[in-house]
Amino acid sequence: MAVIRDVMPVFELYQPTSVDDALKLLDRHGADAWVLGGGLDSMDWLKDRLRKPKVVVDLTNIAELRGIKEVNGGLEIGAMTTLTEVVKHPVVREKFAILMEAAELVASPQIRNQGTIGGNVSQDTRCWYYRGGWTCYRAGGNICYADTPTAVNREHAIFDADRCVAVNPSDTAPALVALDAQMVIRGPKGERVVNAEDYWIGPGVDITRMNVLAPTELLVAIRIPATMAGAQFYFEKVRDRQVWDFPLVNVASAIKPNGGNIGEVRLVVNAVAATPKRLKNVEAFVAGKPRNDDTAKAAGEMAVQGAQTLRHNGYKVPLMRNLVARALRGQTAAPRTT
Amino acid sequence: MDLLRWGRSPWGEWVLTHVSWSLFWASLFAGVLFFVAHASYMLFSAHRKRSPAETDALEAANKNLPAQIERHNLTARLFHWVMAASMFTLLFTAFLPVAGIKFAWVQWHWMAGLVLVAAILFHIVHATFFLDFWSIWVGPKDIPELRAELLREFGHDVPGPKPGKYPLGNRLYHLAIVVTGLAVSATGVLMIPRIRTGLVARNPYYLADSTWGITYVTHGLAGVGLVGLVIAHVYFAVRPEKWWITKSMLVGWITRRQYLEHHEPSRWPVARTGSSPAKPAGQA
Repeated sequence: MAVIRDVMPVFELYQPTSVDDALKLLDRHGADAWVLGGGLDSMDWLKDRLRKPKVVVDLTNIAELRGIKEVNGGLEIGAMTTLTEVVKHPVVREKFAILMEAAELVASPQIRNQGTIGGNVSQDTRCWYYRGGWTCYRAGGNICYADTPTAVNREHAIFDADRCVAVNPSDTAPALVALDAQMVIRGPKGERVVNAEDYWIGPGVDITRMNVLAPTELLVAIRIPATMAGAQFYFEKVRDRQVWDFPLVNVASAIKPNGGNIGEVRLVVNAVAATPKRLKNVEAFVAGKPRNDDTAKAAGEMAVQGAQTLRHNGYKVPLMRNLVARALRGQTAAPRTT
Repeated sequence: MDLLRWGRSPWGEWVLTHVSWSLFWASLFAGVLFFVAHASYMLFSAHRKRSPAETDALEAANKNLPAQIERHNLTARLFHWVMAASMFTLLFTAFLPVAGIKFAWVQWHWMAGLVLVAAILFHIVHATFFLDFWSIWVGPKDIPELRAELLREFGHDVPGPKPGKYPLGNRLYHLAIVVTGLAVSATGVLMIPRIRTGLVARNPYYLADSTWGITYVTHGLAGVGLVGLVIAHVYFAVRPEKWWITKSMLVGWITRRQYLEHHEPSRWPVARTGSSPAKPAGQA
């Protein structure tokens, strides 16, 4: 219901060429600054005039934020690396194919050429009440318009809602959690490394933010350890339009077999809560069990325990149950569009 | 500095949403400032209590008073500490996230809120039917005591009314807590259907947006007010010359000497027969 005005508000544009310079700008301008990565999320906000920052810090010219390096058998991906670059990187395809699959299912080729992995994991929620400019909880108000008796909430959360029922729309986020990735964050106090699992925060902790980044911090890189390299991966995304769309639910799993059974396993579902949901109870249940229909079915049932549906999103429960079962069963995902 | 925050309703109207959290810092600052100012003043003041000789004489004349006099019975003490625990939980869960310490606070907050509401309801019944209801309230009759207390604070040797069971400061504080506590509790109860508690069906639309705004602002104002009030309360509770009152909230009684030193027996009559601790007249 956003009123598209197409003319962005006036702001001062900075295009630093180093992370240090960018951090100085963020430190100087604080909450008045807006960080521009690939611009795909930002342009919505700016053109709708729902965000009116005084300063925009464009990261495009910072070379150190781009590229993929091999480090200790794993990878370090610069936050400004485009999704297409991630998809095409030979080591990603060879060792961490789940990230390739997830990145390849993001939106359209044009968007993947422009969109960055840092932006994809840090993007804001797609709840249209919030993005429509209504003063909901997430926008600093005192109500969730998506969680009312008459709300249109087909895409919203079935888990971990705390006043706000928006979900995380990222495709690469669950893949990164499944790969046990780490997020490298730099700010005025130096560098800190956060497990991908802890990078996103739910509304119970901070209802106005989707991740742990402070206004003066930047996500500079994503590290993928060798831990799950070459594991058996599964990624599947269900969306309304196969051409390009945000996920209704997606699932990512990484399994290391142990003999004929499931060994180490990481199983993550996204778009069902405000953060990617790692299913630790299911992981513990399936570890050591044979990878067959019975295990998959039981895992699917376990995965949806505790789900709380809204008026229009009850379908997400069987959808998630079946996706988890498919991920555990390891059957071929639905064909991709590219 | 905007003291109130506004938002747009779906109908395009500007409605109140919250108080500005600047008020929290203001209340915190005011509480700490009061604490520093009062503590500094007390170092130099000639704060007067009954002189030892006067108290000795009173004690000699009142040997038939029990050695320990009950000030707060077990029920009243339990209420006080349950209320204190819930109040601290409410304030910490409400304001630590504002101060930058992020955690999932809502569930703790509403549960502590319900405990507080239950405690308040119990206290209203208990105080109305089983305690000396009027002993805690202030009114025009207390003006001479107020005048005398103020003069004593400024070093004058003023004879005159000593308090009954509760010192005037105690009663004024109770009044402030009644106003803020009832405001924060009533608005908090109204908010329960806005969140997922499992206790009542969610219905965020049962009040209009503007009414919700007033509800949230009232809740916020009372909440930030309680920050300063609780700081003041804790400060007085740990002050050496007030410790005897705090101790009585733990053990339930005060000594005969403390009773005679700080109270007006005519305004807080205590039964002079029976075993210790004695129950004051009119008390359960």
